[in-house]
Order: sequence, then structure tokens, then C-alpha cells
Amino acid sequence: MPDNQEQSNCVTLKGSGQLVSEFFFYGINSILYQRGIYPPESFTYKQQYGLTVFLTTDEGVKKYLNTVLAQIKDWLEAGQISRLVLVISNADNKETLERWDFRIQHEKGFEAGQKDRNTKSAEKDLKEIQKEMREVMRQITACVTFLPLLDCTCSFDLLVYTHKNLDVPDEWGDSAACYIADAESVRLKSFSTSVHKVDTCVSYKLNL
Amino acid sequence: MSHMEFNTNLKDTLKSDNELKTGPLPRWQRRAREQGLTPLSINEKSFLGNKSGLGISPRSARTPLSGSFLDGKKSPSTGISPGREKSPARLMPKLAVRGHRTPGGGNKTPNKLACGDRFIPNRSATDYERSHHLIMSSMDRKDTNADDEQSLQQKEYREKMLQNLNDGVPPETRVLSFKAKAPQGKDGSKSSQNFQLFCNVMIFISAHINNLKVLFSTGKSATKSSSSRHIPSVPEKILDAPELLNDYYLHLMDWSSNNHLAVGLGGCVFIWNGGDGTITPLTQYEDPEYICSLSWIKEGNVLAIGRSNKNTELWDVAQQKLIRTMAGHTDRITSLSWNSFILSSGSRSGQIIHHDVRNPNHISATLNHHSQEICGLKWSNDGRMLAAGGNDNLVSIWENGSTTPLFTFSDHQAAVKGLAWCPFQNNILASGGGTNDRTIRLWNCSLGTNLKTVNTNSQVSSLLWSTHYRELISGHGFSQNQLTIWKYPTLTKVTDLTGHTGRVLEMCLSPDGQTVVSAAADETLRLWKCWAVDKKEKKSLNIGKDHPISALARTIR
Repeated sequence: MPDNQEQSNCVTLKGSGQLVSEFFFYGINSILYQRGIYPPESFTYKQQYGLTVFLTTDEGVKKYLNTVLAQIKDWLEAGQISRLVLVISNADNKETLERWDFRIQHEKGFEAGQKDRNTKSAEKDLKEIQKEMREVMRQITACVTFLPLLDCTCSFDLLVYTHKNLDVPDEWGDSAACYIADAESVRLKSFSTSVHKVDTCVSYKLNL
Repeated sequence: MSHMEFNTNLKDTLKSDNELKTGPLPRWQRRAREQGLTPLSINEKSFLGNKSGLGISPRSARTPLSGSFLDGKKSPSTGISPGREKSPARLMPKLAVRGHRTPGGGNKTPNKLACGDRFIPNRSATDYERSHHLIMSSMDRKDTNADDEQSLQQKEYREKMLQNLNDGVPPETRVLSFKAKAPQGKDGSKSSQNFQLFCNVMIFISAHINNLKVLFSTGKSATKSSSSRHIPSVPEKILDAPELLNDYYLHLMDWSSNNHLAVGLGGCVFIWNGGDGTITPLTQYEDPEYICSLSWIKEGNVLAIGRSNKNTELWDVAQQKLIRTMAGHTDRITSLSWNSFILSSGSRSGQIIHHDVRNPNHISATLNHHSQEICGLKWSNDGRMLAAGGNDNLVSIWENGSTTPLFTFSDHQAAVKGLAWCPFQNNILASGGGTNDRTIRLWNCSLGTNLKTVNTNSQVSSLLWSTHYRELISGHGFSQNQLTIWKYPTLTKVTDLTGHTGRVLEMCLSPDGQTVVSAAADETLRLWKCWAVDKKEKKSLNIGKDHPISALARTIR
């Protein structure tokens, strides 16, 4: 876990990948809980980033998230990933209802092509990073107040935007981008580990 | 130079536009297609697809798309065309008789017609067998290739869209997703691979109800419960019910979705039509026999009657005919509940039997759990769970299809007759206990927890939820014989409706959800319009109800 950074406020690429994928884990869990994709009974809570975050106890979802996020962590470290999108769609007619877009950028010096990116490290206090993450998490929770009610059975999917010529494991397949027509979108705060910068944005279907 | 290039590009595109003008295809193309040379269209497509690679404007890239869709639509009609093509030829002679000039091929026809005074169609040139074959084969082809074609089309469409979005340049990124998707929440009825594994979690989950609904102040329920609406304190109507048995364990009344109220008075069943107020007797049994329970099927055309002679009868009410008699119990049948084609009956012996009414061997399951008379029996609204209350002070919750109870609640201190499932949260059950108990309890039947208990200081004989308001109503016995409306989830008392002079035995909700009818030991039925809905709001409710249909209609192309 993030212990190695705590010692000297320096963030390596690996550590940053770990931090960001961890954030995704809590963020996605939080969205699943807040948006009612899974029933609230199937969640437990935990203190993280100084907040109470809800984590699913459903074995299937847990397994899915762990496998997907492990792969995403690898891609984060390789600098191959540019976006992670959580798509919430109507389970019956597959219509996309919500799109949580996490745009991942590499800070200066850690772009995909750089040679010394694996050995290099950047300075940033872990507390500072976690504070930024906490603010994003707070905003995710607060989004419930303006997002329309998902009044149908919903399913979720994770889309990963990667570079064009990436070797993709067999378990992964190409997918549509699942855009929402005439969507309203709201930009949330962003955070940076000084290696990766993550912008969060939610777009949703307007109920007219 | 560059502007020259642009010009030529533009011309090319316009040219391709010309070719794609809608309307009949050139004759040679049609001919070729009739002969089964379909690959042509594919060539055409890819050819046009390449053109779009010029990337002048999103508009130019769009044209091949419309072209490919057009092809798809055209193909069936070309299959039929051989038959149709002949039709002008057939008509032509007729026109000539009337003295019209036939353009073009009018040379031969007048000669032919000169000898006849009638129109005799000449079909010698029509090859019926061939055209039939062509039609059939094209239909076959469509069936088998439909899926492939669609996915191909979709793929093509997606690529085109991506390019369009990206100013005609193939995208830099790939969008990937993990093939094994996460199990779906909520709807347990979907049978997926993961379902078996997680059925424990999913089976309890309420379908289509998002708990976040409470957050939305525009939702009907939140505003309603807080408003102080007027609840009439006197019944709207009072009906006489002579010889109504004063027996706590029986269920002598039920209101159908067709607005028919069935009431069992001693050995007779009467149907009161809620629309025009007419009363029709349905059946009558001789003296020692009496009616123990009544239950309408959801569709409202069949009435199940539980009798004291241990039989359950199904009656077609429109024709006033007995359809079926089902035996199986060893004592009188005191409660009945329908779940589509399953009729569950509970008897004095404590046994519950599921009757599959479609099947000659109607007993599909027997539940032996209660040791004493079953006095309350209710299927949940989604048909997944059955709640049973017994004289042994137990409430048992059964999953659909299982013969062991999911939960047994022993908190009540008396017989449990009042049972009602919440219409807006499928896993919530309200139960009310008898004279020794006097409490109403709310249960979460997914987790088996008691959510709320309230002491009513009186026997609870019946419970109902409102479909319009977040409220429930309970019918009571001694000392006030009142009906009490409670607010959910706090279970604070909204109002008491008094008037009955005997204990309330049974209550039913009208199909529109606005009126509650109560049957009491004073041999009257009283109709209380305690959940009236504003006309204005009713309209908006209807609009809301239309929504799922229109959503479905949108997906139909």
C-alpha cells in the first residue's frame, strides 16, 4: 500500500499507479452505492481518505472490480491508458443513462515515451494527494442531488481508453464508447499525484 | 494547388451523391440482383466507404452510411419485383381499350385487342415458379443472415461515427471493456451465469425500485406524506352485509381489478359491482357449509372460494360457472392468495398448499410449518415471496419454489391475520397481531429484520398499504372498532376512522387505490375514500405510467 511514499513524500510511477487505481476502486464503489446500481444492503463501509466510503460485498462485483482494476493498474504504470469510463445503462434496453469519465493525464516528465520514468520520482505529500482525492469523492457523493433518478434496473460497465496499438489480453474486447445523445455534463474537481492527473466528469441523460 | 485538390475532391463527392440518389435502381443493377449477384452491393459499399476516406467534411462521410442502410431496405423489394414488373404489361391493354395512348410499346397491343371485347390477362410471360422461388429464397437468406448483417452494419456504423467525430481521421485510442461483465444488480429473475452463484444476494433484492427515490422531492410520495390533506371522517357509502360471519380467521371479502367486490355472507357469495352498484349472487351453499375465504385472481375474472368442506373452488364470474374444485386440505380453507397461476391456500390444519391451477395434478407444493390455523396469507407484489401468518403467533416468509421458510418471525404474541406487502418497496412487509399482541410490525424480508414496531392498543385484523401515499391503514377490534391510517416509515398515526359498531374483520383496497372498504362484525361494509387523489395529480400520474411504454416504443425501429 502507500507506505513507501509516506517516508519521504516522493511519488514514483508505481506508487502513483497504485494510488490512482485505489482511488478508482473507492470511486467506483461509491458511485455504485450512491446511484443505487446495487442494493444498499449489499454494501459495507470503511474509513478512507477521512471519509466513510461504501464498498460492495457482492462477490461477483468485487471479483470483477479487482480483475479490471489490476489490469488498469498495469496499464497506468505503462502509461497506456488515457481514460476510464464508468457507464451506467438501462439493463433492459441497454440505453446509456450516465457516464462517469475519469480522464488520466501524465504530468510532465512521466509521459509514455520517457525513458527514466520508471526510476524517477516526484515530490508531493501523500496527505495533499489524499485531500484532493477526498474532495473528488465528496463531489461524487454530492452528485446524487442533481443527477436524475435511475428508475429502472441498471447495469454498469467499465470502458478503458487505451493507445491504438496496445497488446490486449484475450479477456478484453473492443467496445462502443456509449455516448449519451444531448447529455448534460458536469465537471468535478481533479486531483494529481504529480505523476498522474485525473479529471472527473459526469454526463447524464436529461429527463425531459 | 490545395484549393484545386479541394475542388476535385468536392466534385468526386458530389458525383457519388448523384449516384446514390434515392429512387429505383438502374435496371441493369436490379437484373443483376435478381439473378442473385448480391456481392455487388457489398462491393459498392466498400467502394463508397473508401471514398469517404477523402475526408472533406463529415457530410461526405455520412453518405455511404445512408447508402448502406438503403441497400438493406431495398433487398426484399427486389425479391418481389419479378412478379410486379409484369403488372404494367397486364394493365396496358385495358388502358388501350379506353382509348388512351400507350407510350412506348403501344405497337403490338392494339392488334391483339382488336379481336376481343373483354380484357383477358396474358400471363404467359410470367414465370411464377421462378418468382416464388426468388421470394422464398430471399426471405430465407434474410432470416439466416440477419444477425451477421446487423453486427456488420453496426460495426461499420461505429467506425464511421468514430471517424466523423475525429474529423475523418481514424481514432488514436481504442475503447476496451472487460468481456466478463459484472453481475447485474437488482433483477434476480434474469438468469445469467453468475445468477446461480449470487442468487442468495439477488433473490431478496427489490426489482425496479431505487432507494434513492426518497431524495426526489418531485416524486409523488415525499410531498404527499408531509401534506395535511383532508381525509373524510365518515364513510362514503355503507352497505348491509347480513349474516357476515364474525370469525377473526376468515377472509370474507376481496375486491377485483375489474371493480367487483366479492363478499361471503354465510353460505352465499355476492358480487357487488363497484361501477354501477348492482349486486349479483354468485353461489349458495346449504346451511352447515359456509364460505371461509375469497380471493380474486389478478386479472379479475376468476374468483377462488375457500370452503368449510375443505375444498377450494374456482369460479368464472362472468359466466357464473364453477370451473374447478380442488381438494387436498384436511380442514377448512381460511386464506387464499394468488401468484399468477399459483393459488396458495392455507387451512385450519396449518398446512399451506400451492395449487397450480393449470395442471390436472394441481398440488405443486405443500408447506408444513405452522402448527395452527393459517389466518393470513399474502404473496408479495413481485411474486417472489409468500408471507404466512398463523394462529401459532408466527409469521413465516417463503421464497417462491422453496418448501422451507426463509424466515420465521416469532415476535407477535397473538395470531397474525393482517399481512400486507409494501407496494413501493418490495421487501417490506407489515404484519399485525391479534388481541394479545396489538402491534403492527414492519419487516425487511431481505434481511429478516424488524424495522419498526408500534403498539395500537387494539386487535389488528387487517392491514393495507396505499398505492398513492406512503401510508398504511389498519383495521381494529375492541374498543373503538376503528380504522387507523399510519404514516410510513415513522408509523405515526395520521387519523382514526370510526363508525363501525363491531370489530373490523377485513379490509380491501379498490382497484384505483383510493377507496378502502371495511367489513365489520356489525354486518356492514363501509367504503372510506381516505386515499383520494387530486384530479390534477392523477393526470401527472398517468403520464408517468405511460413512460415505460413510450421508452419501449422508442427502441422499436
